[in-house]
Amino acid sequence: MNALTENLPAPPVASAPAPISKGRLSPFDWFFLPARLAARQLFFERARLFSAIAGVMFAAVLVFMQLGFRAALFDSATRLYAAMEAELFLMNPLTMASFRPEAMPRIRAHQALALPEVAQAVPVYLTQAAWRSPETGAKRAIQLIGFDVEAGAMRFPGLDRISDALRQVDAVGFDVRSRPEFGDIAKKLAEGGPFEVQIGNRMMRLVGLVEIGPSFGADGNLVMSEVNFRRVVRGRDPANVDLIAIRLKSGADIQAAKERLKALLPGDVRVLAQSELVAHERHYWETATAIGFIFGFGSIMGLIVGMVIVYQILFSDIANHLREYATLKAIGYSDFYLARVVMASALILAVLGFLPGFVASIWMYEFVGAATFLPLGMTWDRTVIVFLMIFGMCALAGLLAMRKLRDANPADMFS
Amino acid sequence: MQAEPIRIEALNYAYGEGELRRPVLRDVVLQVGAGEVLLLTGPSGSGKTTLLTLIGALRALQQGSCTVLGQELLGASERARVSLRQRIGFIFQNHNLLGALAARQNVAMALEVAPQLSESQRLARAGEMLAAVGLAEHADRLPAKLSGGQRQRVAIARALVGDPGLVLADEPTAALDKVSGAEVAHLLRDLAKSRGVPILMVTHDPRILDIADRVVTMEDGRIVEKS
Repeated sequence: MNALTENLPAPPVASAPAPISKGRLSPFDWFFLPARLAARQLFFERARLFSAIAGVMFAAVLVFMQLGFRAALFDSATRLYAAMEAELFLMNPLTMASFRPEAMPRIRAHQALALPEVAQAVPVYLTQAAWRSPETGAKRAIQLIGFDVEAGAMRFPGLDRISDALRQVDAVGFDVRSRPEFGDIAKKLAEGGPFEVQIGNRMMRLVGLVEIGPSFGADGNLVMSEVNFRRVVRGRDPANVDLIAIRLKSGADIQAAKERLKALLPGDVRVLAQSELVAHERHYWETATAIGFIFGFGSIMGLIVGMVIVYQILFSDIANHLREYATLKAIGYSDFYLARVVMASALILAVLGFLPGFVASIWMYEFVGAATFLPLGMTWDRTVIVFLMIFGMCALAGLLAMRKLRDANPADMFS
Repeated sequence: MQAEPIRIEALNYAYGEGELRRPVLRDVVLQVGAGEVLLLTGPSGSGKTTLLTLIGALRALQQGSCTVLGQELLGASERARVSLRQRIGFIFQNHNLLGALAARQNVAMALEVAPQLSESQRLARAGEMLAAVGLAEHADRLPAKLSGGQRQRVAIARALVGDPGLVLADEPTAALDKVSGAEVAHLLRDLAKSRGVPILMVTHDPRILDIADRVVTMEDGRIVEKS
């Protein structure tokens, strides 16, 4: 004891404030010290910590899945347009979505060629027809895409390999990523070579595979030449096309060409850049269906559940440590300091819960993507958005739980 | 002559409002001199704990004057009261240590509130203080692994480590047996005396009256006896 008093500075005179109390927290300590206290208290009770992490992780996975589904459905809906290799498109202004197109005069394609910067104007025919499964005989609607297979206006993987074969009479190419209900076409093709399938009322010859992928409007796709399309779809006036893909000469100004096309063509067609076409299709699914709302709502539900869990954990944590918090207030800790402890707890939980939630979501994307044939995948911007959501969720839970701190009354420590 | 650490004049305090108003302190006048160890005793409900919480700036003053370490508490802001509390060492009936923190970290908490020292200096100082209360070998233990007397000694170390201008203690021996209660009381007095820190202690415990320089008895909100 005596040794100690020698080491310490001279005891201050009672009436003079001890110098030690006059310091102000440095900006680093301002957050670090409360955060360290929060971490020590969180890690002290492991069971509670793990249940809190599990809650945050659950919320993160839920939000990732909801937003992932949402993006995947919109991506799949616009996949057909995204796969087209053209700068500008002509479309009937009444067309709402690709699976239900309004036709326009084929002559507009020829008129577009009047512009010197237009290299090609490729008419595309779209419709749905019944496919009879070669395995079970059951009928199912499938999307037919008819176009000039040699124009190079489509870049579906595999199309180049079969473009010659598609020029044959009644030849069609099958989208290998169509839903499995259409039958294991790839296996049948590999075993026996091209075979006959019934499409609509006509027997067609399936000669090869391309990759497009199913969407909302279409469970599967078939590609074929214009001529073969007309053979399947009887009674369709070939002078009416559903979409015209325009390829410009290299180096042409897309925006300027768009304006000139608008001026050139009558009002029964709309001129769209590819990104506008994709956005138009996406807009339809976002507004004309409940998909956007459903998944947005699902995300919010996940966040609310996560927030309630985090709030409960933080609240009971404060309630259980009320005496300790009151003691800290009594020895000179401010309310705001303790509020920072609670907030730091919330943010530590956000980070600790988000990381496993992120990893689990990547795994879930692969699992669910394989089961639903939807293009589910993790993206950086979604990672950032979900992290900010989880962070905000935990911060809000912390703010709500903080009110409990008011119950920590240091005067009650004396009884 | 310097001002006393505590100077109280004409202090009145009541709980409740209107018809439920119940006065607990009436015309209290009290002074604690530099380095003085003063014991406040008296029956339950005599107002001594309320007086202690007022001096400790844990409640707002209603009427009268109470100057603690040069700070007038009548009408003092919350900020001023928080700042004053940082200059007071508190010892409670229960140790009130943070369960998640080792003894040394608990003591260092009293230095973290407005740190001028580095982390290593804080821990070194907390370690020295624990050695002074005879717990050098238990510095890294959690409170749950310490006996009642040891916990209260950690609490004493926490109260003194920041070189407070005043120690306020509320029944620090009430939860302890006779031997460890006496040990803790004498330890507290010796440490405070060696530093010149005045102590105001509320106690019922007649076994520790011998540590006092002065004993003041309260009854029904008044100071009735000074010795």
